[in-house]
Amino acid sequence: MKTWRLIVPLAVFAILLGFLWVGLSLDPREVPSPLIGKPAPSFSLATLHEPAKSLTSDDMKGQVWLLNVWASWCVSCRSEHPLLMQLAKANVVPVVGLDYKDKPDEGRAWLKENGDPYRVSIVDRDGRVGIDFGVYGVPETFVVDKQGVIRYKQIGPVTAESLERKILPLVRDLQKS
Amino acid sequence: MTIRVVLRFAIAFIVTAAMAQTPVNADLDARLKRLEAELRCLVCQNQTLADSNAPLAEDLRREVRELANTGKTDAEIKQYLVARYGDFVLYNPPLQRNTWLLWTGPFVLLAGGAAIWYAIVRRRKRGDDDNDDEPPGSGMPPDEAVARARQLIYEEP
Repeated sequence: MKTWRLIVPLAVFAILLGFLWVGLSLDPREVPSPLIGKPAPSFSLATLHEPAKSLTSDDMKGQVWLLNVWASWCVSCRSEHPLLMQLAKANVVPVVGLDYKDKPDEGRAWLKENGDPYRVSIVDRDGRVGIDFGVYGVPETFVVDKQGVIRYKQIGPVTAESLERKILPLVRDLQKS
Repeated sequence: MTIRVVLRFAIAFIVTAAMAQTPVNADLDARLKRLEAELRCLVCQNQTLADSNAPLAEDLRREVRELANTGKTDAEIKQYLVARYGDFVLYNPPLQRNTWLLWTGPFVLLAGGAAIWYAIVRRRKRGDDDNDDEPPGSGMPPDEAVARARQLIYEEP
């Protein structure tokens, strides 16, 4: 009886501690996307550099690609930009830029100033395609496989760590299959 | 004089036209208001879509309004948003496999607490246990207890 009195509160405390410990490592800003493992939403948007041309989701089928959601007004996009430039230089995987809720001339000016890491950039003027992709915090980056299925979503800027540990290994894996 | 009359008629006409318009829009507005209060703004997280001024909330309100205008039901509109943003957009989490603990947890804890409380009360009433919290001798018949107390107080050890 006496040992029970000691063990039960300790056990309850340990369980509580476990929950709190896990809770500490969770970021409430990262809402898991229901789109992972689902086909990327279809879109057809005008490209940033040649507004007469457009890119559709089908154009990217058959290859692994990244969709990077950015905007000229987005502050934290600047922090991931050098990494995207490196990625473009290494030519590992094509990156499509989705210029989200941005004025096209401001988007173009931003790329001119900071460098253009994108295979192609498309303009989502009213944010509709962004909503289809469940975008809520720019920048966001999606990994899409050869079949057009979303395999990973990075919320917030791409970091050297997330690139090395998650995105690039996944891309290599998907390219092999 | 005639201009005044015409103006008066014009104003009367506009007012009645506006009043005739409002019921339909008011119904829709009330419905949207209620729906938006059940949806979460993803950017601010602790605000509803109705309360938030974030640009994304504005876009989502526009989207919700358009869906409502095309005759979608509330459930269909919610499904549309859940498909894109997950269950987190719903302020009331749905009762499903991964949320049953969330819904039943508080009641389980309440029942557990009540069971413990009941057990303690019962044991106290019976007074037949090894409980350290109880004063010594509380399990004895009164006469015996008084005798024992006397002994403890007055007699040398």
